Amino acid sequence: MGSGSMADARSPLAHLDGATVIERDGVRLAENPDAGKVNLRGDAGDAVWLAAIQAAVEIDLPQAPNTSTETPPLSALWLAPDEWMLVCADGSEGDVVASLEGAVAEFHASVVDVTDARTVFRLSGAGARNLLAKGCALDLHPRAFGLGDVAQTMLAKAAVILHQTTDDADEAGPVFDIYVPRSFADYLWSWLTDAIG
Amino acid sequence: MLLIPCPWCGERDVHEFHCGGEAHITRPAGADTIDDAAWADYLFMRQNPKGLYYERWNHAHGCRKWFHVVRDTVSDQILAVYQMDEAPPDIPGRSS
Ligand SMILES: [Zn+2]
Repeated sequence: MGSGSMADARSPLAHLDGATVIERDGVRLAENPDAGKVNLRGDAGDAVWLAAIQAAVEIDLPQAPNTSTETPPLSALWLAPDEWMLVCADGSEGDVVASLEGAVAEFHASVVDVTDARTVFRLSGAGARNLLAKGCALDLHPRAFGLGDVAQTMLAKAAVILHQTTDDADEAGPVFDIYVPRSFADYLWSWLTDAIG
Repeated sequence: MLLIPCPWCGERDVHEFHCGGEAHITRPAGADTIDDAAWADYLFMRQNPKGLYYERWNHAHGCRKWFHVVRDTVSDQILAVYQMDEAPPDIPGRSS
């Protein structure tokens, strides 16, 4: 949460006292509680609306299901034919919301700051796919789920948004951002910690 | 594992979905004047066939969109998927 009168954001893993990085057997897991997140809904078939969004935040919304676009410092994740999540730098979500609200005022659309609804677990390394596959029914082979791909799915029965942000060929291996509702964060962190072994 | 083909997300595990029951049931006109039997028929009576079933599904843990599925209740084979505003398709060689 950015500046303002509200209390500072607190990680749902705050009780772990900072022990929120695990590196073991070719897998690295770390919490990134700080990314700003904005939910955006509107008519993807309306070119005028899409142009207004582009003019406001300078990113093209992905049109293909379960894909993403990136124009630093923003990413846009496809969630539904009429719904996206914009991910931005910590503290900038207020500005993104203000820009979007100005752009969509004349349209049937909605803009909601959902920054604190979810935290992000960043899972990376050569073993990351196998680890995810322990609790996820998605086809996680690189030919089916690769760089930039997005999925809303179940991980160990928790509803998550999965986003691959770095290619498998990268030195650090593939990187997956797992967006988890904060009320599930402690549970899913425990599950991942156990699954890493 | 039963895979349901979402029109947007492709094949996903059935656990990501919510089944909305039989499709193409029209709310009767004049709900304030029809008799209890007709209203109960609308609310509760379903075909429950052994064979082709036209039903609604929602990708609850994915894109959250509703769509139609034609499923064989004997084999769980899915024979067609179509949008909410589309008419039920004929399945060649099969009668519903
Ligand atoms: Zn879907």
